[in-house]
Amino acid sequence: MSESNMIGTRIREHRIMKGIKQGDLAQKSGISASYLNLIEHNKRKIGGRVLLNLANVLGVEPSLLSEGAEASLIAALAKVSGALPLGASVEMDRLDEFAVRFPGLAQYLVELIRQRDELDCAVKMFSERLVHDPLLIKTLHEVISTVTSIRSAASILAENRELESVWQSRFQRNIDEDSRRLAESAEMLVKHLQTAPDAGSALMTPQEELYGFLEDNGYHFPEFEVLNLDFDHAVKNISWHGSDAGHSLVVRYLRQYSRDAMAIPDATLRQVITRSGPSPEMLATATGSPLPTVFRRLATLPKELCEPVGLVVCDGAGAVLMRKEIGGFKIPIDVAGCPLWPIYQSLSQPGVPIRETLVQGQAVVETFSVTETVRQAGFSVPALLNAHMLILPGSEKKQARQVGRTCKICPVENCEARREKSMLASDF
Amino acid sequence: MTKTVLLIEDEQNIVEAVRFILSRDGWDVRTHANGLDAFDAVRRRNPDVVILDVMLPGRSGFDILQDIREDETVGNVPVLMLSARGRKEDIETAKRSGANLYLTKPFSNEEVLNAVRDLVTE
Repeated sequence: MSESNMIGTRIREHRIMKGIKQGDLAQKSGISASYLNLIEHNKRKIGGRVLLNLANVLGVEPSLLSEGAEASLIAALAKVSGALPLGASVEMDRLDEFAVRFPGLAQYLVELIRQRDELDCAVKMFSERLVHDPLLIKTLHEVISTVTSIRSAASILAENRELESVWQSRFQRNIDEDSRRLAESAEMLVKHLQTAPDAGSALMTPQEELYGFLEDNGYHFPEFEVLNLDFDHAVKNISWHGSDAGHSLVVRYLRQYSRDAMAIPDATLRQVITRSGPSPEMLATATGSPLPTVFRRLATLPKELCEPVGLVVCDGAGAVLMRKEIGGFKIPIDVAGCPLWPIYQSLSQPGVPIRETLVQGQAVVETFSVTETVRQAGFSVPALLNAHMLILPGSEKKQARQVGRTCKICPVENCEARREKSMLASDF
Repeated sequence: MTKTVLLIEDEQNIVEAVRFILSRDGWDVRTHANGLDAFDAVRRRNPDVVILDVMLPGRSGFDILQDIREDETVGNVPVLMLSARGRKEDIETAKRSGANLYLTKPFSNEEVLNAVRDLVTE
């Protein structure tokens, strides 16, 4: 039901709130009770004088009846309904009725779902941190080893009352050393875990800050799309609350962004996308731009223009420099991804495009990979390479090749490409 | 004749404690602290029992165990593995990989001593 068709419901809500009987309101407004009844059940459209009279009797602004105070609430409900779990049955066509009739409950629902989303993000972030947190893993291992050592030495001293003094001294010294180590490890662990909840900045790596910044802005920066851009001035105007290291990454990203926007201007990009969809080949042909530029531009498209486009960029060592996830295809934050990804094959053939369908868990994606030479090799300097993998939603699982995310958290067994044992493996 | 134990463990204070209790029990205890050349040490020493930590600098204890089991000379040596992980499936995996016994840290001195004795009488 459209918002304008909810006028009757609003009239009814205001009437009941003010304790006015339907007949009284009808009489004072100059209409019949049966007509008001039809209006209140949204079975008659009203406007003009009738609306003004009703608003006057109810003592509210006519706009409050015609537009309602719940427009933003309906928008919020529609947004959060889209984030409900798959399979959840939601009466999308009755959201406005729900917001009008139960505004408090609707607001509460919006708030609940927003909190759930925040918790989801926090859990995801902490899971990511636990899996990739070398300090936590190392410290826990140290604690267990130190406790083992203290237990053994203490038992020796307790069970051997007649122990030679040289051995006594040695194990007492060992216990002393180990207890200090244990205290230091425990202190480090507590500090580490205590600082984790303010997730915001203290524990974020510069890469995490960059990705957070890009996500917050939807990967799209209209102010860096303009021609004749005063880059330094534009950068000064961005809102930044992170570390200097993170800021450097953001500036580097935006510098590349503005160069790409010069090569493929926003208007051209939109024109091609509207005509052909997010096809890298079509955009490259239409603009004469190299594929890496095309990939990066496609990954900056605002979501209202086309379906989300994912991207991974890595350096010649395979470390991820930029990531944008889509469709459940997971990309590690700042370590190398799965060695089976075609992006790594493309590093051995700079300039040669590779197209491949991949399946990772339940996610099926269509990928396009290519490596660009950032700096040509000379007699005294090696070439610098950056590989790109564009990710589009895929559908054909039959022809897809199975890949992982990154070895440390990959459950695939007997993989010849594995470079380290998975924390998910039973023998870890 | 004195039996030999090769203890492959990088935590020096654990090494001292284990060496002490085994020596007092009559064992000749040799030690090695690095994962990288641990297999060479096993071949060189040819001990009666190997005590092998899972997490070693340079190389995992499981990889070293695999080399031991595939070797004609030392392939049958009893191996006691030490690890911080003690789930049932961890122990089963260790045994499938060829470990004769598996102890979870923090273990007691008595547990190590009994385990080594059991391995020789097996």
